[in-house]
Amino acid sequence: MAKKIESTAVDTNKIDAKIPAGPLAEKWSNYKAHQKLVNPANKRRLDIIVVGTGLAGASAAASLAELGFNVLNFCIQDSPRRAHSIAAQGGINAAKNYQNDGDSVYRLFYDTIKGGDYRAREANVYRLAEVSNSIIDQCVAQGVPFAREYGGLLDNRSFGGAQVSRTFYAKGQTGQQLLLGAYSALSRQVGKGAVKLYSRYEMLDVVVVEGRARGIIARNLVTGKTEKFFAHAVVVGSGGYGNAFFLSTNAMTSNASAAIQMYKKGAYFANPAYAQIHPTCVPVHGEFQSKLTLMSESLRNDGRIWTPKKKEDAEAIRAGKKKATDLKEDERDYYLERRYPAFGNLVPRDVASRAAKERCDAGFGVGNTGLAVYLDFSSSIERLGEDTIRARYGNLFQMYEKIVDENPYKTPMMIYPAIHYTMGGVWVDYELQTSIKGLFCIGEANFSDHGANRLGASALMQGLADGYFVLPYTIQNYLADQIQVPRMSTDLPEFTEAEKAVHAKIEKIMKIQGDRSVDSLHRELGLIMWDFVGMGRNKEGLELALEKIKAVRKAFWTKVYVPGVSADVNVELEKALRVADFIEIGELMARDALMREESCGGHFREEYQTPEGEALRNDEEFSFASCWKFKGEGEEPELLKEALDYEFIHRQQRNYKA
Amino acid sequence: MEKSINITLKVWRQAGPKAKGEFVTYKMDNVSTDSSFLEMLDVLNETLVKQRKEPIVFDHDCREGICGMCSLYINGHPHGLDGETTTCQLHMRRFKDGETITVEPWRSAAFPVIKDLMVDRGAFDKIIQAGGYVSVNTGGVPDGNAIPISKVYADEAMDAASCIGCGACAAACKNGSAMLFVAAKVSQLALLPQGKVEAAHRAKVMVAKMDELGFGNCTNTGACEAECPKAISISHIARLNREFLSAKFKD
Repeated sequence: MAKKIESTAVDTNKIDAKIPAGPLAEKWSNYKAHQKLVNPANKRRLDIIVVGTGLAGASAAASLAELGFNVLNFCIQDSPRRAHSIAAQGGINAAKNYQNDGDSVYRLFYDTIKGGDYRAREANVYRLAEVSNSIIDQCVAQGVPFAREYGGLLDNRSFGGAQVSRTFYAKGQTGQQLLLGAYSALSRQVGKGAVKLYSRYEMLDVVVVEGRARGIIARNLVTGKTEKFFAHAVVVGSGGYGNAFFLSTNAMTSNASAAIQMYKKGAYFANPAYAQIHPTCVPVHGEFQSKLTLMSESLRNDGRIWTPKKKEDAEAIRAGKKKATDLKEDERDYYLERRYPAFGNLVPRDVASRAAKERCDAGFGVGNTGLAVYLDFSSSIERLGEDTIRARYGNLFQMYEKIVDENPYKTPMMIYPAIHYTMGGVWVDYELQTSIKGLFCIGEANFSDHGANRLGASALMQGLADGYFVLPYTIQNYLADQIQVPRMSTDLPEFTEAEKAVHAKIEKIMKIQGDRSVDSLHRELGLIMWDFVGMGRNKEGLELALEKIKAVRKAFWTKVYVPGVSADVNVELEKALRVADFIEIGELMARDALMREESCGGHFREEYQTPEGEALRNDEEFSFASCWKFKGEGEEPELLKEALDYEFIHRQQRNYKA
Repeated sequence: MEKSINITLKVWRQAGPKAKGEFVTYKMDNVSTDSSFLEMLDVLNETLVKQRKEPIVFDHDCREGICGMCSLYINGHPHGLDGETTTCQLHMRRFKDGETITVEPWRSAAFPVIKDLMVDRGAFDKIIQAGGYVSVNTGGVPDGNAIPISKVYADEAMDAASCIGCGACAAACKNGSAMLFVAAKVSQLALLPQGKVEAAHRAKVMVAKMDELGFGNCTNTGACEAECPKAISISHIARLNREFLSAKFKD
């Protein structure tokens, strides 16, 4: 596998985020006023590849086609409507201030920066807040059925990390409705012939010609054959890498492969250690479980979290000899209320997750695995009545009952944290361009807006901001210089060599014919990630993880077994290719977590905490985005740092006790 | 508490679109009743891989009942017998010890089999591409609150918009009609002022595309509504028919 990698990075020594000059509130307006544009006649001559059809990919593909570019859009599922953005439940933030409760662009910006534990880029986040309002208008115009008040105006709900109600929602299916809105806009352009859609295709490499991204190699998942595609620019919106943990709330095909291919071609990978572990998920029930299901964080408004006070009770519950309802009030430990009297059950996601893990590790966990805590609605039901609770959370209670077969109105829910979202991703500058010219990255796949922790209802906002309102501008600043570039033949050596390398990788995997199934290796990797690169990390554990991941890599490349042939539908081969890349991202996460000797947001290093067990940032030494540069197979990547200079905001320690 | 059951599966295996398919019988012991139907198939596939055989191909993705990727005809019903449930949310506790379970792909002329239980539902995308949208470009739209929308209509539009595009309606229909799928989209947009402008045209072009793609006619059997995992009401078909007739009168 030791292939020589040519460096294609724009800058090898210095990270330039290309932040426009001027006051924070004027940067984006100034950028738009002075950027280069492409005239309509030239747009027709330019091709753009968009990989992914989630909120970011679909909105970008549709918007670029509306402008007049030729768009080639790829998705892994059978239809663009199935991208995993569809599973988002709660809502989407915007600074409309419809509630007259004091919201503003600045406040949304400030909450997002603070929520990210001061590890995001100020200019990007301000722009995100600025375009948030246009997203709501756009979705309404598309026919997205947002919740409304009786007077006919849009309704809002509250979410974590904010003192205002700025979250727009469509029942508990906001992601679905926003995605279907973007999908309808995309479908309109497909119908017009402006977008050529490739469903059941998976990107396996990016093609770089003379330092610029000029196409991709993709595998047709039905024929099993690879195909070469040219474009003047390539945009990747392929989502996050949470499935490195095997069990996550991500969809089964969610993967990190596109991101890893970009990284191996020279795009920096930024902040891989920043992953969000969501506290309220349905716990693992058995060794054959395939994925985890999220229960909306809104449940913590009315649910109280507890474990038994006595270990004997926890043991009896695990053995099935006692039930949760057998325990009296004074036999229960409401540990969040005990540890965080001011915020109680409503502490942020990272804090709640770590506290649950601490209780279970100490032997107080419930459920038959001992890896669960109770989320109890009995006191709310007593106070408000069952009907009120049903009106608020009915659909979630029903979903829980289907999975667990217990009635949460009668007996407490069992929950446990699970990996949910990854804030890290491919490094991009202000224009959403990676360190490879002509290669752009949008949505969860990039690293730019959430810092070390993402607030609820902000993922949908970022995906659509990138696709509808940022990329369609910034990509023109690049393409304006490309109008003289004719369409290239995919028979160029750069294309054929990239395809050959993909073939070689596939054939290598097919030929191993070992005795380990792909899933067994993925599960092994997932356990390492969860145990050592999960909620609580420390130097010793991370060093051990790096060793163990190396062993998994070795096992994969010598023992994996993939049945069938490569030129056919071959699900095991698809999974094998993805697991090979999860191993790479897993290693990168551990490496980044080991390097970052501080705790911030979703990254908690046990050595760096306050006496009360809170995350302890080190702004002096770690106020930077870590950008990892690939140096070749088997080589250690190089660390580059993008300094995060806070010009407009004063950094503070987050506090939830008082 | 976790229990386990022994089951016999009769699974449709078909090597490719043109290959002759057949049922293959698999016996499975100690299936956890806490596992989902697809997790049960994962376990079977893991066993097949261990025996160096090709695993069963089936579509799935989110496993939360929202993406619409999973399918499967289970004991003669799309997504199985448990009401308002997708296959990924169907759990093995709904089956009896010793039961024989028949698993087939969607059977519909417009959804050809790709391999085993995986079918091509691209026809649904083509119907949406024909007109299942509001013709607005990005930018230049009015403020979200510029047009008040009655909560009643907004909620009804939301119910119609809950369609996950899984294809159970067409698979359940003896005529192979996609009327519920088309009606859900036409109805959602016709209920909202944003979509009203093009409502009649939309109904006309979407129905024409549906006919062209080989879906059958609607004879109001109601099987689609009964099998829909999202309980989309056939009252939306009545609204589609109204819009369709109004378009025809205008012609």
